[in-house]
Amino acid sequence: MSEALVEVRNLTMHFDIHAGILRRKVGAVRAVDGLSFDIMQGETLGLVGESGCGKSTTGRAILRLYDPTDGSVKIDGVDIASLNTSDLRKARPQMQMIFQDPQASLNPRMNVSEIIAEPLREHTKMDSAARDARVRELMDAVGLNRAFASRYPHEFSGGQRQRIGIARALALNPKFIVCDEPIAALDVSIQAQVVNLLEDLQRELGLTYLFISHDLSMVRHLATRVAVMYLGKIVELAPRDALYSDPHHPYTQALLSAVPVADPEVEATRKQIILEGDVPSPAKPPEGCNFCTRCPKVMDICRKVSPEFREHAPGRFSACHLMDE
Amino acid sequence: MSDQDRIVAEAAVEVVAERPRTLLRDVWSQFTAHRGAMAGLAVFLFIVLAVSFGPFLHTIDPTYSDFRARNQGMSLAHPMGTDNLGRDMFAQVMQGGRVSLLVGVTAMGISMFFGTLVGVIAGYFRRLDGPLMRLTDLFLALPILPLLLVIIMLFRDTLRKAFGPEAGIFLLIVFIIGITSWMQTARIVRGDVLALKEREFVLAARSIGTPSYRIILRHVLPNVLSPIMVSATLGIATAIITESALSFLGLGFPSDFPTWGRLLFDGANFMTITPSRVIWPGLVLSLTVLSVNYVGDGLRDALDPHIRGR
Repeated sequence: MSEALVEVRNLTMHFDIHAGILRRKVGAVRAVDGLSFDIMQGETLGLVGESGCGKSTTGRAILRLYDPTDGSVKIDGVDIASLNTSDLRKARPQMQMIFQDPQASLNPRMNVSEIIAEPLREHTKMDSAARDARVRELMDAVGLNRAFASRYPHEFSGGQRQRIGIARALALNPKFIVCDEPIAALDVSIQAQVVNLLEDLQRELGLTYLFISHDLSMVRHLATRVAVMYLGKIVELAPRDALYSDPHHPYTQALLSAVPVADPEVEATRKQIILEGDVPSPAKPPEGCNFCTRCPKVMDICRKVSPEFREHAPGRFSACHLMDE
Repeated sequence: MSDQDRIVAEAAVEVVAERPRTLLRDVWSQFTAHRGAMAGLAVFLFIVLAVSFGPFLHTIDPTYSDFRARNQGMSLAHPMGTDNLGRDMFAQVMQGGRVSLLVGVTAMGISMFFGTLVGVIAGYFRRLDGPLMRLTDLFLALPILPLLLVIIMLFRDTLRKAFGPEAGIFLLIVFIIGITSWMQTARIVRGDVLALKEREFVLAARSIGTPSYRIILRHVLPNVLSPIMVSATLGIATAIITESALSFLGLGFPSDFPTWGRLLFDGANFMTITPSRVIWPGLVLSLTVLSVNYVGDGLRDALDPHIRGR
């Protein structure tokens, strides 16, 4: 295993809730609650979990689009979470983001070449000819026709728009890209194209991805390691094959049992683990383990003590009292 | 398809694809495709040219009283008739148009500037939102007329001394109209900016490291252009009409200094004797407002890439 490019330690992101006439702080939504993990050079870390569990917030807090409440994020040795504004600006080129909704992430008033050239304008001193050349190069790299450079986002299909977003993210030769559900808004045939493009680019440019998704099969295809989130915490982090064949945490087991199998005979007899109840509010998480209200294997200790996120077997991290026994 | 045909076809595709498209040309071609806007532009330009160069062709002094020709109808010598003091209406309408148009455009400019500035800052910077919007509410709640009286009483003489009677009063009126009409724009712009700020392309710009002022200039302002444009075209009309009201109250320009609003109000008393005294100034005023609205409409469409090229 190569060394870690991104080191996240105790990353915490709370959004304060204000209420009353004086707008006093009455509580906080614990969107991300003390995450610690590494992303190795050149790997793809898949981050999965259900809606509202804090996946996107994690991605944004790592790139410091939100100011984290606590914790540190080191990218290539630089602590992003504590940089001041001007140093942060200098650190921006090495980390970029691909957004979920390709429609919303492109300014409708700018044409493609302006959109892709924006990072170049901000961070390089290229003249307009050099910028144009680079834009064309990027358009080639993501498979867009160069002749479309002066068109506007609404003239493209969803997949093409996502390619524009990818080209923009690549413009400054970043090392690390957060892909925030880049395929969720696309239909299935286009999803495959975009995922293959991401894979090709990773091979060619040696990129490191944090791939946020709720599509378990896509993550299985793309990721080298997978982290499973539940209610603001990572419950399990393991190499892909190990996680999919032998999930340790009860939540991961339930999540994976929900993936349909493409074989009708297996599918007919497949045993699903049905979880009872709803996800508790992140503003009022339960005492003890976050998952104790729905866990099929819940024990007494789970309702009192929060389990620690530890490495139980080589490369396999999880936060569960079952593993501690 | 033979080989030759295909080569020709491919060459044609190449030419179409490589055709250079500049923003200005795109905007212009869309603007010219909007018939209302072109008609509006023609009428507006005609009025502007007429009030600028008309007095050189129709050389009667607008303040000259010919007592032998009072309350006359339309004739060759007086194309729009004369008023009760025998002054030529055509000359007065042209002279008044210069002032009215200048007041309208300048006051609109001031009001758009303040409205957009306050709206964008209030919408974008959360901390300034409360104070700035309360300031806007304060201005909206001010009783405008007493305020105008006070401002004019306080500053008229000082400004007159500093810039001369006409320029002084012009500056005062333009400033007053501008400063009392930016609130609607500020509210509309703030609302749009609040929505835009949460869009992912603004987040994307932040993740690139674009500083706030460039995010505002590059991503926010172009996207709130439509409401600003609508406010601006309506603003010209409102400014011209407000100036008329001020003149009517005796707070505006001196009585021997014609503006469209002044002509209308003066003529209203003589409507039964010489209807042309209200018809002509009213007509040019309405035409100006209408044409400006159409131009604004066309400009808004032309600047919107969704509509452009459809």
